[in-house]
Amino acid sequence: MNSLILRTATRLLVSLVLLFSIFVTLRGHNEPGGGFIGGLIAASAFALYSIAFGVEALRRAFRFDPRAVAGFGVLVAIISGLLSLPAEAPFLTGLWLTFELVPGEKFALSTPLLFDLGVYLTVIGGVIAIMLALEEEGL
Amino acid sequence: MIPTDAFLETAATISAIVLLIAMLIVILRAILGPSMADRVLALDLLTTLAIAFVAIVAVLYGQVVYLDVGIALALVGFLATVAFARFIARGGTENARKVEGDD
Repeated sequence: MNSLILRTATRLLVSLVLLFSIFVTLRGHNEPGGGFIGGLIAASAFALYSIAFGVEALRRAFRFDPRAVAGFGVLVAIISGLLSLPAEAPFLTGLWLTFELVPGEKFALSTPLLFDLGVYLTVIGGVIAIMLALEEEGL
Repeated sequence: MIPTDAFLETAATISAIVLLIAMLIVILRAILGPSMADRVLALDLLTTLAIAFVAIVAVLYGQVVYLDVGIALALVGFLATVAFARFIARGGTENARKVEGDD
């Protein structure tokens, strides 16, 4: 769609929505949010981009094949499950690495976070692949 | 209860009722039509009203998390309107074209 207003607003909005999706993803687990909803928000940002600039521009902006991104997300999720093997815990057991970088402030790295990032990538890749297939089918 | 809290609750309740009335009117517009653009605009306005309603719910119950629903709706809600606008610009369905031809 060739609209100057939409294209100008999209440039601003896409970055804002992607930032919000990362915020929602990282806040997950302890508070409402998580990989799935974050991935959906990010995918809607790319949907807006494809409406404003066209499908080819979206392919260039996304850089990777969306199906490959979805597959990589599943791989990351599986790796987060396998990390419990060295700890001799069942598959997908949540393991936590807690640092105290600043006194009193705990910084936690965990396998659930890795799993959430895998879900995030899978949802982005899957939704964008569906969207591209529908767009290129010719509406 | 502190007087300011009572005032806040009254104000929030009144604005929630006003928003509900506005939503009913907008839904009426979506049902009546007559053209497709009217219905799309009604849906867009309904999203905006929903954002305001979510904000009031966040104030009434003191749940900050509800505000995120509002942010997500505001960022993503107009996407449907844009998609509908493109659909109309590309000619829409046979039925929609006929109705718009009558105007």
